[in-house]
Amino acid sequence: MTQAMHLIVIIEDEPGIRKVLRVLLEAENYRVVEAGTAERGEIEVRAHKPDLLLVDLGLPDEDGLTLIRHIREWSPVPVVVLSARTMESQKVAALDAGADDYVTKPFSAAELLARVRAGLRRASRGADTLPLLSLGETRIDLTRRVAVGPTGAIHLTPLEYRVLDCLARQSGMIVTARQLLREVWGPDRVGDTGALRVCVKGLRDKLEPDPRRPQFLVTEAGIGYRLRTRDPDDD
Amino acid sequence: MADDRPDPDRLLAQVQAEEARARRGRLRVFFGASAGVGKTYAMLEAALAAKAAGTDVVVGYVEPHGRHETERMLETLEALPLQPVRYRGMVRQELNLDAALRRHPGILLVDELAHSNLVDGEPPPRHAKRWQDIAELCDAGINVWTTLNVQHLESLNDLIAQITGARQRETIPDHVLDEADEIELIDLPPDDLLQRLQQGKVYLSDQVATAVERFFRKPNLMALRELALRRTADRVDAAARAQGLAGSPSRAYLARDRLLVAIGPDAQAEQLVRTGKRIADALDAEWTAVYVETPSLQRLSEAERDRRVDILRLAESLGAGTVTLDGTTAATALIEYARTRGTTRVLVGEPKRRGWQALWRPSTATELVKRAKGFDVLVVARQGEEATGRAKPHLDVSREVPWSRYGWAAAITAVCTGVAFLMDPTFSETNVAMIYVLGATIAGLRLGRGPGTLTAIASVAAFDFFFVPPRMTFQVSDAQYVITFLVMLAVTLTIGNLMANVRQQNRVAGARERRTALLYAMSRELAGTRGSDNMARVAVRHVAEVFDASAVVLTPDSSGRLQYPAGSADEGSFRGADLSVAQWVFDHGQRAGLGTDTLPAAPAVYLPLRGARGALGVLGVLPANRRRVLLPEQRHLLETFAGQIALAWERVALGEEAARSRIAAESESLRNTLLASISHDLRTPLAVIAGAASTLARHGATLEPTARKSLALSIEEQAHEMSNLISNVLDLMRLESGRVELRCDTHSVEDLVGTALHRLEPRLQHHPVAIDLPDDLPGVSVDPVLVSQVLANLLDNAAKYTPVGTRIRIAAVADAPMVRVVVEDEGPGLPPGDPRLLFEKFQRGSEESPVVGAGLGLAICSAIVAAHGGEITAGHGTHGGARFEFTLPVAVVTP
Repeated sequence: MTQAMHLIVIIEDEPGIRKVLRVLLEAENYRVVEAGTAERGEIEVRAHKPDLLLVDLGLPDEDGLTLIRHIREWSPVPVVVLSARTMESQKVAALDAGADDYVTKPFSAAELLARVRAGLRRASRGADTLPLLSLGETRIDLTRRVAVGPTGAIHLTPLEYRVLDCLARQSGMIVTARQLLREVWGPDRVGDTGALRVCVKGLRDKLEPDPRRPQFLVTEAGIGYRLRTRDPDDD
Repeated sequence: MADDRPDPDRLLAQVQAEEARARRGRLRVFFGASAGVGKTYAMLEAALAAKAAGTDVVVGYVEPHGRHETERMLETLEALPLQPVRYRGMVRQELNLDAALRRHPGILLVDELAHSNLVDGEPPPRHAKRWQDIAELCDAGINVWTTLNVQHLESLNDLIAQITGARQRETIPDHVLDEADEIELIDLPPDDLLQRLQQGKVYLSDQVATAVERFFRKPNLMALRELALRRTADRVDAAARAQGLAGSPSRAYLARDRLLVAIGPDAQAEQLVRTGKRIADALDAEWTAVYVETPSLQRLSEAERDRRVDILRLAESLGAGTVTLDGTTAATALIEYARTRGTTRVLVGEPKRRGWQALWRPSTATELVKRAKGFDVLVVARQGEEATGRAKPHLDVSREVPWSRYGWAAAITAVCTGVAFLMDPTFSETNVAMIYVLGATIAGLRLGRGPGTLTAIASVAAFDFFFVPPRMTFQVSDAQYVITFLVMLAVTLTIGNLMANVRQQNRVAGARERRTALLYAMSRELAGTRGSDNMARVAVRHVAEVFDASAVVLTPDSSGRLQYPAGSADEGSFRGADLSVAQWVFDHGQRAGLGTDTLPAAPAVYLPLRGARGALGVLGVLPANRRRVLLPEQRHLLETFAGQIALAWERVALGEEAARSRIAAESESLRNTLLASISHDLRTPLAVIAGAASTLARHGATLEPTARKSLALSIEEQAHEMSNLISNVLDLMRLESGRVELRCDTHSVEDLVGTALHRLEPRLQHHPVAIDLPDDLPGVSVDPVLVSQVLANLLDNAAKYTPVGTRIRIAAVADAPMVRVVVEDEGPGLPPGDPRLLFEKFQRGSEESPVVGAGLGLAICSAIVAAHGGEITAGHGTHGGARFEFTLPVAVVTP
């Protein structure tokens, strides 16, 4: 991890948590800038052009959601939300506002770092799709739409490819059901969660070694799905 | 008679009356024979004396009558502002009741007890009469002094009209004076009064000046004075007897007279009631005014029937009980009632029918005198010119018989004629006539009075025309046929009348039975109804149905203000009830509105719903037909309904209160358990964290790397436990507060299980999990977050309480309309005891288990499953371990 050190801005009002995050992130060779308020945070973001933001939702001067919306107006920087255990609906609201993922407090170091890495990877890739996806022993070429498993070629429907594509673009990060539906089925079918579930079940049956205990296509109850690719830095 | 016995209730009532009196303000009446005797003067004099003695005396309303002495006395007393009332373009000053209630003086002076308030004035008065204002003041604990002339007493009204030739419009019920705490007779001999009158010392307004000549004559004044003196003496006597009664209740009670006043719809009724009151007072008797609804009286017009309402109300205001009886004749019903009630005297009006009419149908009075047994009959002579005949029964044909029945009457006559023709050759005319009698009898039985009569006449005519020689003419050759005609006519008419009466009676009895049945129906339905809103709806529906009215039940909010019921209007619901009237009813526990003494101008009647511990609410009834709530028996029925509603209501209220206190007690003990449990389960990890962290801080540098790591890991682990505990507590609180909204959607059990397994991955690494889900398992309609939490909690428990390496099995089967999900382990099984207790809060397999977790997990599962309409059970698994089963609703498949 010695490539150009990534800069992370932490916008969090609790000094204790800021301190722990700084120690943890610096130990992982990230550069860290702290901000205690939304206003200060936005200034730091404009000044430092960070590679990733860690944003607490409950800020003293402004709602974290509003801050994320403001930043999204001019920057595609990855945003990971730090939320004190909140309702699923609030998490969905944060993701809809433009956050890329969330971490629930209290969080473990491993979990936080995995989210940070996923966010940074997404940013380095830009908007491009991963050309090659590898899920366990299955290799999928998303551009050529070819999938090969341990027992031979796997046939995926075009819809399944598009869902997989959408998840893969933010691999390791959560994608809300609404987002998937809008991108794959179109804006007029965002309520059709049934179709999405059927499609995900189809993908699992084809790609998961044990579809009943999915390892790659993980459901985030009440929010959406997450594609877990092998993270080289995960234990 | 059982109810003749002296009983503790009577003594209790006496005690209660005394207690009520002690709380109430005292009423002192300055009582005189006529205007001008100096009542107001005496009252003011006494007031000044009281004020000098330090009592808080305030003038509420005193008519100074332009006398200087009086005005001078008034100047030295505090006076309340008067209430200006606009009335027919004039402004009159009236007693300001609310101001008096607010001022709450020690003694309030209010002149002219018998004064009538301006009911049509603006603003309308609360009560029709001043005595009611004063009663409210006394109820509020204010002592009131007032003045009254003897001619204003209701029971003496007609007597005084006879004496003076002028009828008093302003009267008060006798009980007002009877219940006064003190009566001070202001006596002035007639000569002195006349002298004062001549000296101009008595105020008289111009409009009464003409009446004065007639009124202020010495014989009049003497008679009035005598009445006033006698009235006061009676009162003293009654007080003495009341003392005696308290001493030996039984003897005095047994000796009581019971007087029954039989009234009819005629003009004499009012006189009978007043006479009854006087006799009852003189005898110290309990008295009842009885009206008998005979079939003939039921045919009276509405207006005439309304008259008896007024009469019965008059009787009630004079202290009588009122009863309406049903009977074929008044005499029979009266005798029956008098016997069962142990009546000693019956008062009736003088016979109305005399001469030959009386022979045919004797008057009630005559009949009573003839058949009286065990009681005296007092016949009251009619007063002078009022002796108008009794109202004529009024035939209401449209209600009686449909016209088709007259067709049937003609048909019967025709058939009889046909049969008669067949019989004619072989039978004599007498037997032929019998056929007609039979036909007319059937007509009378079946078709009612009118058609029966028609059949009778037609039959006689047909018989005469066809069969009596000379045939085919109406001429009669033999005079003896006239007798045949007459008998035929008499028989058929009698039967027709009898049947009509029976039918009428059945109709009335049926209606009554129906009402009683309805009352029971309401009681029964109320008994089976939960929640006060539903009960109000049931009550409104029943009252609306029975009284042909719209009704509303008004209940108070927490501050005691009545408010309209929430929600949409049901059928029969009375919108736009007058809340101010209802509030008054609620506050005073007395009926008001239509047909009552208070705010009688209101279109609806309002009754308090009285429970044992005060008013619970108000029942407002807006009748479609005024008579439905004005008739005494209807009024009583309405009151019975109100009573039933209040009773049912109170039962529910008490039940709810008991449940509330039980819940409060439970949550109290729950709070204690929670505190104990949480403090234990929080302190344990906190101790580990604090210990490990402080060790690291102090000796971190010198510790072995492995030891450092193990300390750090235990901090992480314990923090995680604490976090779980707090999440559980918060979850449970949210679930139990009912604020959790289920976001149900169709989900596959497989997906839910997968999510839960994913969440628990680290914890389950030492336990192989077997998943047994059939492929055709239907989707379930659930909130995925909550249900995966149930699964996660169950799996977490399994991981927590079973040895490393044992298997956990998850299975599901369809069990329409639910899906049954099973989580089974191979551990030590459930702890001994009722497995249901596991789902209670803070139950753990064993006390002080080393495993942290406040035993909330299963309680959360139970709450979530219940919220989905399923149920969760615990039992023993096939491999000796614990087995948890819960059900989830199958999703309805939408095409």
